Amino acid sequence: MQPFTPFTAVVAPVDRANVDTDAIIPKQFLKTIQRTGLGIYLFDEWRYADPGEPGKPAAARLPRPDFILNRAPYRRAGILLARANFGCGSSREHAPWALLDFGIRCIIAPSYADIFFNNCFKNGILPVVVDEATIDDLFCRCDPQAATAPMAATVDLAAQRIELADGTVVHFAVDPFRKQCLLAGQDDIALTLTHAGAIAAYEQRRRVEAPWLFADLAG
Amino acid sequence: MRPRTLLDKIWDDHVVEELEDGTTLLYIDRQLVHEVTSPQAFEGLRLAGRHARRPGAAFAVPDHNVPTLGRDQGITDPVSRLQVETLDANCAAFGITEFAMGDVRQGVVHVMGPEEGITLPGMTIVCGDSHTATHGALGALAFGIGTSEVEHVLATQTILQKKPQAMRVVVTGALGLGLTAKDVILAVIGAIGTAGGTGHAIEFAGPVIDHLSVEGRMTVCNMAIEAGARSGMVAVDPTTLAYVQGRPYAPTVGQWEQAAGAWRTLHSDPGAVFAREYLLDGSRLIPQVTWGTSPEMVTDIRGRVPRLAEARDAAQRAAWDKALAYMGVAEGVAVEDLAVDKVFIGSCTNGRIEDLRAAAAIAQGRRVAGHVQALVVPGSGLVKQQAEAEGLDRIFTAAGFEWRDPGCSMCLAMNADRLEAGERCASTSNRNFEGRQGRGGRTHLVSPPMAAAAAVAGHFVDVRELL
Ligand code: SF4
Repeated sequence: MQPFTPFTAVVAPVDRANVDTDAIIPKQFLKTIQRTGLGIYLFDEWRYADPGEPGKPAAARLPRPDFILNRAPYRRAGILLARANFGCGSSREHAPWALLDFGIRCIIAPSYADIFFNNCFKNGILPVVVDEATIDDLFCRCDPQAATAPMAATVDLAAQRIELADGTVVHFAVDPFRKQCLLAGQDDIALTLTHAGAIAAYEQRRRVEAPWLFADLAG
Repeated sequence: MRPRTLLDKIWDDHVVEELEDGTTLLYIDRQLVHEVTSPQAFEGLRLAGRHARRPGAAFAVPDHNVPTLGRDQGITDPVSRLQVETLDANCAAFGITEFAMGDVRQGVVHVMGPEEGITLPGMTIVCGDSHTATHGALGALAFGIGTSEVEHVLATQTILQKKPQAMRVVVTGALGLGLTAKDVILAVIGAIGTAGGTGHAIEFAGPVIDHLSVEGRMTVCNMAIEAGARSGMVAVDPTTLAYVQGRPYAPTVGQWEQAAGAWRTLHSDPGAVFAREYLLDGSRLIPQVTWGTSPEMVTDIRGRVPRLAEARDAAQRAAWDKALAYMGVAEGVAVEDLAVDKVFIGSCTNGRIEDLRAAAAIAQGRRVAGHVQALVVPGSGLVKQQAEAEGLDRIFTAAGFEWRDPGCSMCLAMNADRLEAGERCASTSNRNFEGRQGRGGRTHLVSPPMAAAAAVAGHFVDVRELL
């Protein structure tokens, strides 16, 4: 995982609540055995008028010109502005993989589905939670029809602040452990393996209390 | 001692260490693995030179991509085939037991686990799949995880978690004839909303839940995720113990008594405190049908699709407007007037034997309407075998239903079974999202008898009239 350093990027607003992971990456793209290459299928059904299939060349697709990520500066958006309960539905980690592969490294929304929220951190995406009033204000400021459009913003995780190009500053809270992992680009497994002693001790104790749970280790 | 919830008890039993940041290193007893969410996890292990810490605690099965017709020809779609073959190869390399496509035990992962006794009360169970909540029906703490976490559990047999809050949904009274576990959970989701359980583990309790079979409880827990909760659970009772005893991976004679003794304590203590509680009167329930593109957009068979003017605020109105357009239904239309093109009976929600029995009871002696294609997809090879032994397959085929091989099938349409654009489906699965059963397809979630009734009537109909 790459360390999460401050970056500046265009903010793409996706103005609907309950965006589910089926919408973020439809199921036909879940057949991949890799993590990369999913960015071209991000929001596939909203982005293209023709049905998407894995491996279909980009030149053969029919992009919907009105979908935000198909429009000029937003094609390189790095920040997604979203509504409540973003990432609900299926647990597919392909959703953050697709977002990341497209170039999204930060999402700003009032709330997220639990599994998706977790999956973001594991893949170096920062899901920022801000209150509804702030979100409404951000949607106004980042409106593609607004005079100031497109809006860019700088995300600084260490300082826990997002600064819009128009000078608006949003401060956000983040779990200190997750912050540290993102900043360091740290691998969870390596960290947990430093607790190997405690895991082994737990197993030893549990095998006495509940031996039927360890039938695979018997003998 | 402070009275504890069922969640507290299972959680406390699995704490390896509390970390300074407030997360817990939680021990995982079982990991279930399927082909879609695991390849990148195995690849990660391989790249880091790691092995599976306890391969015997993991069980794998291909389900999402497998065909439900013409199995002897293998998988024709090369992309699906590669994913299933990758699972086979990874299980062999990492020493994990797999019930591969030719195995009679193969089926939807959440049907297979309990059926084999791999899911046991009191366990912590994870799977890279949000419907892992299903397994909580046996008094376990089960939740879906992402692929990075699949890798983490394979490598360490633990997971880093924050404890969810406990929520209780109590269903009082008794269900009327023709009402099922599916109607209960759809009504709960309709009432509390798809984010109503976010951050919580929901314990389902009350007389209606007590009287459900373990299969019915699985249907209820399965859709806890559609209510926003990662886990659904039900206390252990004699019904649970009777279900578990004798299953292939359940404890045998020497350990059964000890295990059963421990499991009998797996219920919330009187006086245990829940962060949230919701009460539903089961006696007043009418068969449920979803009308929109979110499981909370639900009404009953006597009901109508809502009018936009009835929305509580602008956001709901906008969501309803989009849903009505996608579903091709007019506001205010009676649910019974909606004609269906396809019917799907199956999935980890409703692909178990009692689901097939309930659907067959409606199909018996009737015919699928001329314009309807109806699929019955058993949840596993063993469910299929059992159904055939009871003659259910003959009832279905005589009525014009198609009898298929087990898998996820049209629940998410990763294989060849899918809706075409604009087709309307009565489905016993769990998600009615846009495109879920095929691009442009329109899904209405119902119980198995309601689905069978829609198949024979050609439109939604109150199954109670056919009993
Ligand atoms: S049956 Fe449907 S919900 Fe269940 S595991 Fe398969 S795809 Fe997921």
